Parts: sequence; C-alpha cells; structure tokens
Amino acid sequence: MILLSSMDLSFAALLILGLALLSRRMHLGISGKILFSAIRTTLQLLLIGLVLKLLFASRHPGVIFLMSMVMLLAAGREVMARQQHRLKGWWGYGLGTSAMFISSFSITILALTIIIQADPWYAPRYAIPLLGMLLGNTMNGISLSLDRLTKASWEQREIIEQRLLLGQDRVEVLDDIRRDAMRTGMIPIVNAMAAAGLVSLPGMMTGQILAGSPPWEAVKYQILIMFLIASGTGGGIMTGITLASKRLFDERHRLRLDRFRD
Amino acid sequence: MLYNGFMTGLHITDLRFLNRGPFSISIEQGKCVSLSGESGSGKTLLLRAIADLIPHEGEIMLHDQYHTNINGPDWRKKVGLLPAESRWWRETVGEHFQQNSLPQVLPLLEKLGFGDPTAVRKVLDWKINRLSSGEKQRLALIRLLANEPQVLLLDEPTANLDINNISKAEKVIEEYRLSTQAAVLWVCHDPAQVTRVAQNHFRLKNGIIEEEVQT
Repeated sequence: MILLSSMDLSFAALLILGLALLSRRMHLGISGKILFSAIRTTLQLLLIGLVLKLLFASRHPGVIFLMSMVMLLAAGREVMARQQHRLKGWWGYGLGTSAMFISSFSITILALTIIIQADPWYAPRYAIPLLGMLLGNTMNGISLSLDRLTKASWEQREIIEQRLLLGQDRVEVLDDIRRDAMRTGMIPIVNAMAAAGLVSLPGMMTGQILAGSPPWEAVKYQILIMFLIASGTGGGIMTGITLASKRLFDERHRLRLDRFRD
Repeated sequence: MLYNGFMTGLHITDLRFLNRGPFSISIEQGKCVSLSGESGSGKTLLLRAIADLIPHEGEIMLHDQYHTNINGPDWRKKVGLLPAESRWWRETVGEHFQQNSLPQVLPLLEKLGFGDPTAVRKVLDWKINRLSSGEKQRLALIRLLANEPQVLLLDEPTANLDINNISKAEKVIEEYRLSTQAAVLWVCHDPAQVTRVAQNHFRLKNGIIEEEVQT
C-alpha cells in the first residue's frame, strides 16, 4: 500500500485552488463555496480520522454506542432539514430518526453478528463504517420519500378530501401517493445496483482496491454492502412512510395538514 | 324532538369549529332545509364540520346515534357532502364508481340528461379532463347518491347548471329524498330555488343560524 504524504494532498489541493480561480474568472459565483467546502471536507475528515483512531484503540462498547448515536442524530437532522413540509414539533425530528434507527441499526447488527462475525461483533473497524454507509443511504431514501409524500399530500389535498367525503378511509385515499413516495425513495439505490461495475466503480470498493485489497475480496464486500443498503433503505422508507401516513390523518380519518409546516 | 322514544333525522347541538359557533340545527328525515348567507359566513365550513372533515366540538346525531359511535369513513358515507367544486382523481368517469353501484348510477345518468339507456353506458368511458363544469357537477351528484347517504349536505349543487339541468337536478334530489327519507341541507343563494326545494329556511348571519319564516 502506497502511503500518501502531506505533499501529495497539497498537490491535489492546488487543483481545487485552480478550479476556484477559474470559476472566479468565469463569474460563476461559486468559487467561495468551492473553497469553503474544500476546507470543510478536509477538517471534517481529519477530525473523523482522529475519532476513528481513538475509537479503534479503545474498543469499548459504550464509546462505540455513543459514536453510533452521534451519527444517527446527525443523519436525523439532515432528513429533517431536507423536508419542506415536515411535521411540527418533536415529530419532525423523531419521525425520520426513528425510521433510520429501526432500519439501519437492525441491518447493521444483523450483518455484524451473522454475516461478518467480527470478534467482538461490535468491533469498530467493521461496525462504524458499515453503519455509516447504511445511515448515509437510508438518509437519502427516507428524506426523498418523506418529502415526496408530504408535498403530494399538500398539492392534492382537495382530491384527498374529496375521496374522504365519499367514505374512503385513510389507507385508501393515500394509495397512489404512498406508492409513488416509496418508489421515489428507492430509485437511487436500485439505479446504483444496476449501474454498479458497468458505469461506476462504487466508492467503497475503489477505496479497498487502492488500499491494496485483492479485487475479488473488494467485490464481495461491495456486493454485501449493496444488498445491505438496498434492504436498509427499503425498510427505512416503508417505516418512515407508514409513520408519516398515520400522522397525516387523525383517528376520525380527517386529513390533518395542520400538523405539518407550511 | 322525540318520536316514539328515539330521534330521527340529523340533530346538531352546539357545534363549534375554528373559533366559530356554537351552531344548533335539526333536520327531520325526509325534509329539506335551505341555508343561505353571505359568502365567507362559514356555510362551507359548517358542512365540512357536519361531515366530520374538520375537527370540531359539540354533538351531531344521526337518528339515535352519536357521530362518535360511527367511524369517520362510515359517517361520511351516511352523511354525504357534495362540495361546490368536485374533484376527480382517475382518468375516466367510470373509475370513480364502484362496479356494484351501476344499477343505481345508470338510471341517474338518464334522469340527469346524459342520454338514453345505451348512451349513458358510454359516459363511463368519458375522460375527466374533457368534462365541462356542468357535467362534472351532475356526475358528482350521481357519485354521491350512489353511496346511498341518509343525509345530503349540498353546497350550491346547481351553481354551474343551465335552467334545464337545474330542474332535472332538483327533481333527482327530491325523488331521492322522498324515496329514501333522507334529510337534506341545501346551501343556496337563489330565493326562487329556496322556495322550490326546501320546507324550512335558515340563514347564517353574524355567526348565528336563524330560521327565516316565509310570509
């Protein structure tokens, strides 16, 4: 494995600097943002490198649990921020976070204990990156589908109410919207599985190969990860949409958009 | 208002919603009551509250049953609200009707001027986006009646119709009311129509429902 020096990274940083300068000359209005995000990515990754180094050294289950909670809460915040019409109050944060918790944590624990069988099963080298990948992907799926669900309910509120008036229940009136929202959230991972290897080399596999793993082993891990992500995303979307659909109506099957932000 | 020990018709007591009310009104079964009032006086909201589409306080009774003893969807089947503007969510007319309601639907299509018995079957294949507002209003009435509600809440049900179709719609609603002994609450602005269709007349003014006695 070839180790990277600070000089190597500085050289790559020059490329970013060049891009920023070029954008400035073309008046794209984005050069500041490029530099700012480049600095952010450097600091965040250095920080997480440090955290992981400490985490791998300690191997204490409490510390690993703490870390996974931080990751979950950060992902939950992201899901909330990406929704225009999110639920008011605690639910706005709790809904996406619980959907991610249920799907990502159960899939990660399942993979660690039954498939990977690390010793101990919560060994941070496996647990943390796996959980991170699952959270990152379920986060995308859940926020996409929740946003779709609430937006469509907003736009089609008159149709929903018309169907309620004709005596349909809350499950029936939402059938098209719910199906569409779930599908929207799952499309990215389905596309990623379809394109993997042909169009794109997935990042995780690329990293393993660059770090010196035999391609065959990297491929097997990538297949595993793809399956875990797809099932985690699907499960998380179904949980999130089911919870949100319930909140859209009350016990009298009335549409309650007043529970969501405008 | 006790008949043989139990109540019939629709009875609303101290209904409050969205800082409005309390409203009380009773409609006996088989009777039609008109409700008028300036726009913005809350007539539409009142109908939505009675159909239990918006949160409210107070008592609503249908015959001898409190509305809270009947689940939401079943209540709205019994207490059918026809909104001023109907909505359609599938591509064709027929997809909005249940297959087993066709024996009721087809004669209603005839009575509301959609043609003879062979022609009305084709109406079911009509595309929603090619309907006129009048056609939509007549079809929405049929769609509601196909549910066989025991109470009709009608929000200006003939506003988009020409004179010929207005009288057809009035006749269909009257026939339905008399044959099923349904209670009808008819929101209406036209004084002539009010006297034609309703036996009792109410006006919603300054947040109060008051009965208008005709001279």
